[in-house]
This record gives sequence, C-alpha cells and structure tokens, in this order.
Amino acid sequence: MSISWYLVVSAFVFCIGAAGVLVRRNPLVVLLCLELMLNAGNLALVAFARMHGNADGHVFALVVIVVAACEVTVGLGLIVALYRRRLPIDVDRMRELQG
Amino acid sequence: MAELLFFIAGAGAVAGALGTVMLRNPFYSVLGLVSHLLCLAALFLLLRAEFVAAAQVIIYAGAVMVLYVFVVAYVGGADEPLSSPGPGLRVAAPAFAGLLLVELCIAILGSGLKALDGEGAPYEAGFGSPAQIGELLLTKFLLPFELASLLLLTAAVAAVLLARRRGGLADPRALSVADVVRGPADWSQGDAPAGTMQEAGGPAER
Amino acid sequence: MSATGWAWVVLLAPLAGTLVIALGWRALPGRAPGWIGTGAITVSFAAAVATLLDLQSRGEEERQLVSSAWDYAKTAGVDAELSILVDPLSVLMILVVTGVSALIHLYSVAYLASDRGYARFFAYLNFFVFSMLLLVLAGNFLVLIVGWAFVGAASYLLISFWYRRTTATEAGIKAFVINVVGDVGLVLGTYFIFQGTGTLDFLGSFEAVQDSFGRNDGELVAGCCLLLVGAFAKSAQIPLHTWLPDAMEGPTPVSALIHAATMVTAGVYLIARMHPLFEQAPAAADVGAIIGCLTLVVAATIALVQTDLKRVIAYSTMSQIGYMVMGVSAGAYAAGLFHLMTHAFFKALLFMAAGSVIGAMAGTQDLDRMGGFRRSMPFTFGCFVVGGLALAGVPPFSGFFSKDELLLLVGDRGGWHWILYGFGYLAALLTAVYTFRMIFRAFLGEPVAEARALERGELHHAEHHTNPATGEQEDTDVGFPGPEHHIAERAPQMRAAMAVLAVLATVAGLLQIPFGVTHLVDGFLEPTFAESELYERNPSDGQIGLGLVLGALVGLGGIFLAHLIWVRKPGTSAALRARLAPAHQLLARKWYFDEAIDILVVRPFALAGRFCQQVFERVVVNGFFVGGTTGAVRAGSAAVRAAQSGYLRLYAALLLLGGGALTLYFLIASS
Repeated sequence: MSISWYLVVSAFVFCIGAAGVLVRRNPLVVLLCLELMLNAGNLALVAFARMHGNADGHVFALVVIVVAACEVTVGLGLIVALYRRRLPIDVDRMRELQG
Repeated sequence: MAELLFFIAGAGAVAGALGTVMLRNPFYSVLGLVSHLLCLAALFLLLRAEFVAAAQVIIYAGAVMVLYVFVVAYVGGADEPLSSPGPGLRVAAPAFAGLLLVELCIAILGSGLKALDGEGAPYEAGFGSPAQIGELLLTKFLLPFELASLLLLTAAVAAVLLARRRGGLADPRALSVADVVRGPADWSQGDAPAGTMQEAGGPAER
Repeated sequence: MSATGWAWVVLLAPLAGTLVIALGWRALPGRAPGWIGTGAITVSFAAAVATLLDLQSRGEEERQLVSSAWDYAKTAGVDAELSILVDPLSVLMILVVTGVSALIHLYSVAYLASDRGYARFFAYLNFFVFSMLLLVLAGNFLVLIVGWAFVGAASYLLISFWYRRTTATEAGIKAFVINVVGDVGLVLGTYFIFQGTGTLDFLGSFEAVQDSFGRNDGELVAGCCLLLVGAFAKSAQIPLHTWLPDAMEGPTPVSALIHAATMVTAGVYLIARMHPLFEQAPAAADVGAIIGCLTLVVAATIALVQTDLKRVIAYSTMSQIGYMVMGVSAGAYAAGLFHLMTHAFFKALLFMAAGSVIGAMAGTQDLDRMGGFRRSMPFTFGCFVVGGLALAGVPPFSGFFSKDELLLLVGDRGGWHWILYGFGYLAALLTAVYTFRMIFRAFLGEPVAEARALERGELHHAEHHTNPATGEQEDTDVGFPGPEHHIAERAPQMRAAMAVLAVLATVAGLLQIPFGVTHLVDGFLEPTFAESELYERNPSDGQIGLGLVLGALVGLGGIFLAHLIWVRKPGTSAALRARLAPAHQLLARKWYFDEAIDILVVRPFALAGRFCQQVFERVVVNGFFVGGTTGAVRAGSAAVRAAQSGYLRLYAALLLLGGGALTLYFLIASS
C-alpha cells in the first residue's frame, strides 16, 4: 500500500481522538482519547520514516511513547488524588481557570 | 497479502478508536484502546518498524494500559449518561472532527509529495531493527535520549508526590483543584477572609 | 556713575532688601527687618536724587537715556530686552515712589511693631517698591507688563496680609481678579500697538506711531482703549474700581503706600508715558477724560456718606486719581503729574494720621464711634488738618495749586471740556465737604471713651480681639493684627514720617505757582513731552485768575458747609438723611456697582463655570470620552473574558480549532 493510506488512517484516528476529547466528560476517557491522538501521530511518523528510508522517525516515535507514558503517569496521579479528596471526577466541574 | 493485512489492521485500529470514544463504560474504553494499540502495532510491522511495534506492544499496551486499568478499577468511573456533553458540543464536536478530517485528507492527498504514492524508499537490511535504533539513540539522538530519561524521572517523582497521603481533612469540604497541589498550610478552613474567589474555595454558591 | 547706573541702584536696592529679609528673617533680631527695609528704600531714594542730579547736569537734548541689562528674546520681529528708560518722567516717579515709601517704611517700623508678621510685612513692602520702580523705569512694553503684574501680586499679598481674616483674603482676591482684567487689557493693547509699530521699545514705538497709524486709526484706538482698561483697573476708575474700598482691609501703611501714593497712580503714569499714542488717537484720550471725570464725581458723592474712616479716604483717593486721569488724558501732563506728587504727600499723610486714630480706637475704624480726639491727640489732629486743607484745595497748601492748574488746562482745551471743568469744581466742593466732615466728626465734639482714656494717659485696648468689620472673634497670633496698637503721639518714628509729609504737603505747591512765578515741574518734564502738541499751552491770565479764585472759594466754602452741618447744627445731617433718603441709599450702596458687577459679570461666569463642569466636563469629557474609552475597553475585555470559562473542553476545542486553522492557512498558502 502506498504511504498515503497509512496517513489517511492516521488522520482518521487523530480526528476520532479529537472528537473524543471534546465530547467525553470523564477525565480518564479524555486521557485515553489523548493517547489516541498521540498514537495517530506515531503512525504518521513511522509512515514517513518508511517513505524516506530513514529510521529517525522511529526514534521520534519511541520518544513520543516515552512522553505519553510520562503524561499518563502524571495525569492518572492527578485523577487519583482528585478521587482521594472526594472531588467530582468530571471535567466540566473543574472550573478554577474561569475568569 | 500485505493489502489484506493492512485493511484488517487499519479497520481494527479505527474500530478500536471509535470504541474508545463512544463506549460509555470507562473499562470498555480502555479495552478499546488496547485493541487499537495492537492493531497499530500490526500497522507498524507492515511499515517495517519492528522495534517500534515491539515497543508499542510491550510498553504502551503492556505497561501504560495496565496502569490505566488499575486506575479505572480504583476510581470506578460510573457510566456516563449519553446526553451528557456540555453546551453545544454534542453536535459540534463530531462535525468539527469531520471537518478536520477532510482538511487533513486534502492536505495529505492533495499535496505534491510524489513519494506518497509509492511504497517507500528502498531500504537496506536492518532498517527498523533494534540495532539501528540503538545506534541512532546513542549517536545522533543522544541528547533526546537523555532528556527522555530525565522526563521519566520527573514523572516518577511527580507520581510519588501526587499519591502521597496527606493529613486528611477534618471535614470533607469542597476544595479546589489548586488546593490539591498546595500544602496543607494553605487550606483555608473556617471563615478566614479570602482575597480571591479561588482562595475562598470557589464561587459562593458552593 | 551715570544716571542710568544710579537708576539701576534705585531699582535693585529694594530687591536686595526683599531678599535679605525674606531669606534671613530668622537670623535677624527684633526690629531689624524693619530697619533693613527702610534702609534699602532710603538708599534707593538717595540714588534717585543722584539720578536726578546727573540727569539735570546734561543738556536738554540728552535727557532720555536707555540702558539694557540683557536681551530677553531677539527673534524675527521681536526685540525684547531688560531695559530701563531714564528720563524726567521716570525720575519724577522714582523720586515720589522712593521718597514716600521710605517715610511709610519708617512709619511701619512703629505701627506694626507688635505684629507677628513683622518681617513678612517688610519683605512684601520692599518687593512692592521694587515692582513699582520696575514699572516706572521700564523701557519697553515687556518690562512694563512684568512690573505691572508684580505690582498686582504685591498688592494682593499686602491686602491679605492678615490672612486669617476672611474679609481680608476676600478683599485681596477681589483686588487681584480686577487687576488681572486690567493686565489682560494691557497685554492686548500692547499687542495692537506692537502689531502696528513693530517694536516693543518705548522710544522706538513713539517715534514710529505717526508713520504706522493714521489719526484715530481703528487699531490704534482699540489698542489705546485696551491700555486704558489696564490703567483703570490699576487706578480704580469706574467700572473697575470696586476693589479699592475693600482693599482697606490691609494694614494702614499698605493703604497709605499702595492705595494712595503709588500703585493707583500707575494708571496715570501709563497714560502720561504713552502720550504720543494717545495724541495720535484722540478718541481714546477722550474716553479717558470722560471716565476720569465720571469717577471723580461719583467717588466724591460716595465719600459723603461713608462711615468707615479709611473708606472715606479711599474714595477720596479714587476721586483724586480721577482728576489725574482726566488731566493727563486731556493733555495737562505736567499738571496731572504735579497733582500726582502733591496727592501722594497729603494722602499718605492722611492715611498715616488715620492709622494713628485707629490705633487709639484699638482697631475700630467706625466714624460713628469716634469723636473728640482733639485734645488727646494734638499731633494727629494737626496732621489731619494739614492733609485735609491740602486735599480740599485751600491756598497756600499744595493741593490748591496742583488741582487748579489741572482743571485750568482741562478747560482750556475748549468745547465740551468745559463740562469736565465744571464737574471738577463741583467735586472739589464735595471734596472739601467730606474731608472736613471726617475731621470734624473724629476730632471735634464730645470725646468718646477712648479719647477720655487717652487724656488720662491710658491707651485703650480691646478686651476681646474682634474683626472690626464683622465682629468675629480673633486672636493676636500670626495672621492677625498684633496685640498692641500704636499712635503717633507715642511713637517717634510715626511722628517723624508724618512731620516730613506735613511739611511737604504744605510747601510743595511752591514748585509750580501760576503766572509764571515758578514752573519747576513744567520745565523739568519738558524733555519727555517735548514733541507733544498739547504740552505748551498758555491760558490767558484772566482764566488763570478765575480758576484760582474759584478754587479758593470752593475749598473754603466746603469747609464752611461741613462746619455748619456737623459742628454748628448737629442735627442737620440726620435731617438731611431723612429728607433725601433715596439719594442717601444710592450713595450708601456705592451706586450699586458691586451689585451690578455681580449680576452682569460674576453670575454669568459662575453659570458658565457650572455648565462647563456639570454638562461639559461630567457628561462629555468624563462620560463620553473617558467613560466611553473605559467602557469600550471593559466591553472588549468582557468579551474576551467570556472565553475564559474554565471549561477544559472549550479550551481543547479552541486549541484544535486553532490548529486546524493553521493547517488550513498553510494548505492554502502552499497551493
């Protein structure tokens, strides 16, 4: 398959992830959708690496995976802390940035 | 053969993504993501990125998702009602996503990159193998490699900090998220006059 | 040193006096500021005499000297320098100013001895003398305007000297505001004249006036009338005269110096100095003559019914200045200036004597409460009589000669000027009446309690210090008069000053005796007025004789009339007041000028100010411009703030939207 197919799949997944971020209220699921978007990016990176015959894209994708792991760690830690404090686990109820 | 595999993997990836977004139970969403990741690994293999595929399965699907499962089990996450999305986003978000998709497709397919139509550049043996990745990591991308490890350290420290059990509150009053990352001394208990709404613990109706 | 060198000394000695007193008053012991001030003016007077001698030693043609200190501005068309003009007119003025000022300083050393503001008084007084000298020595319009403004400021400072008295500060403000109106007139007049002649210098302007303007040219008449506005404000002529009676709130030496001898004569000096301009614009000169005549009559009538001692003398000043203004406007320059000189002597003497009487009355100035001081204050009485005779124009006192010559030359102009002549003598009769009314009421008759106390040797002191006009309670600290009062009989400095002035008031008439016996003033001033066509005039001997006889009759007749009404038949005054009640009301309310100015000027301005503040300032500026700007900014920021809703998902949406837009842009840009 030509590379453009992979890129189209990547675009699909990215857009589905974006819609998910906007629609879901549970922060866990929002994080999951963020993962979707990251993965879409990874797919695009690897596809381009294949296109150029250059493995730099793979390294980039690895680093993205590392970053995703870190972000998940911190994000889930936040959610756990929220749960411990008995705050509502709801993205719409966290409005301290208002104003 | 490759085309068939591609279509199966691609469809699986998209289906997993849709499942992540649309399923109401967070557990099911996590499972959807796991399947998405596995299909993505297959796509990576089709693109001759063996190491990345393996890393994806082991790290992403293996470690990160397990972490997610643990947290979902702990936190619970009740079923969200379907009609919950906030003001106006119920219709707007999918529409917007659709537009974004169209735009990206135009960008990809309409661009003048000839190479996209091909199957990729000729590659030597060992492309995408651990040896090559390792060599790149230690020579060309040494700095990003070290920085990534630093990032991991930071995340570990952050996780420990966040998970620290505090002294607890006498009464479970409503607190703001900002209080969570501040120390106990800043929590305003009782009726101390607060300067800003944030310090007072949120808007008055709470 | 040359004449101009001495003139600079004359000018700078008072300035030095001011600076020394003002900067070093803490270090100067006791009465030193008073002596320093007096000394500075005495030095000034000596230098003025030296200037006179030097000037007279030159030939007739070389008696107009200009000396410049430095240039102010030499740009295209404007040549402004700090220059003084030393000629007979200015020398006469500086002699009168410094001479009378020195005597008044000496008087004040004793009069204000117990006042807490002693040093401040002498600093202000010296500053005033400096300003007045600057005004009369000015060699161009710029320095004149500077001196004019300084004099106004000094007058304000001195009128409101007892600044904790509300009446005094109000009077000071009133004087200053009216003076500013005059300043505006002066500056605008200068502009008109400068526009035509092209130079600010006096001598240059006077030479150029005939070439630059035709006779009675509209612009020149306008300029001269504006100069007259300035002159009228400074000299308290109608309609800018309302400040002078209120200015009696200042201490008596201030009234003597500023409002009798010097500042109010600045207008007369101005007209005399600008005589080439006025001769080229006779319409303006006629305006001056008419206003002068009007003032002298109106002021004389008001003085007839005043009950405040100093105010009688103030209105008398206004009337006499009216004579001078009328005289110099009608071309009787030497006579007008001669009357200025004699008036300075006898009016300052009258004010000083009045200060002595007020001291005996412990600060009260009410004529109704005075009486019978003849035996207890003989020296003061004598000075009052000398001054009164000079003012009434009784021969051989100085006022007789100066007033008669003035009226003679005014009438000699012919035509409608005879009306002014007639009014002049009418007012002279009234002058004699009100002057001796004042003297008879204060000194003759039954002695009042204060007079009896003084006969026993005790100077009356008020138990509670009050404002004599309003009766408000006061203390004697800074800003109020001091606790002690001083009278001439007990203070040698006051006696010395008054004695000198009494002698001068008596004999100064000898300087200019008609029929050509002596004409020192005429001859002295000749070089200044040489090219004036109105200067050399020879009225017939018959007219001169008629004038002299008329003047003597009027003066003596007035005294007789006053004696009749207030001494011989004491009830006459009350009866007259009852019979002529409306007339008395009109005069007592000062011809309603204050009310008229209030309605015509003050209220419209107040209304305009209120309108500007409430409508324009509040609605347009604050509401529309300022409020509109802030409102627009607030609205804009409120609109932007709507995006800060705190919804995480909204932020995410905006992020993605932005990213999409960027992609779109690049997509379009690259295609």
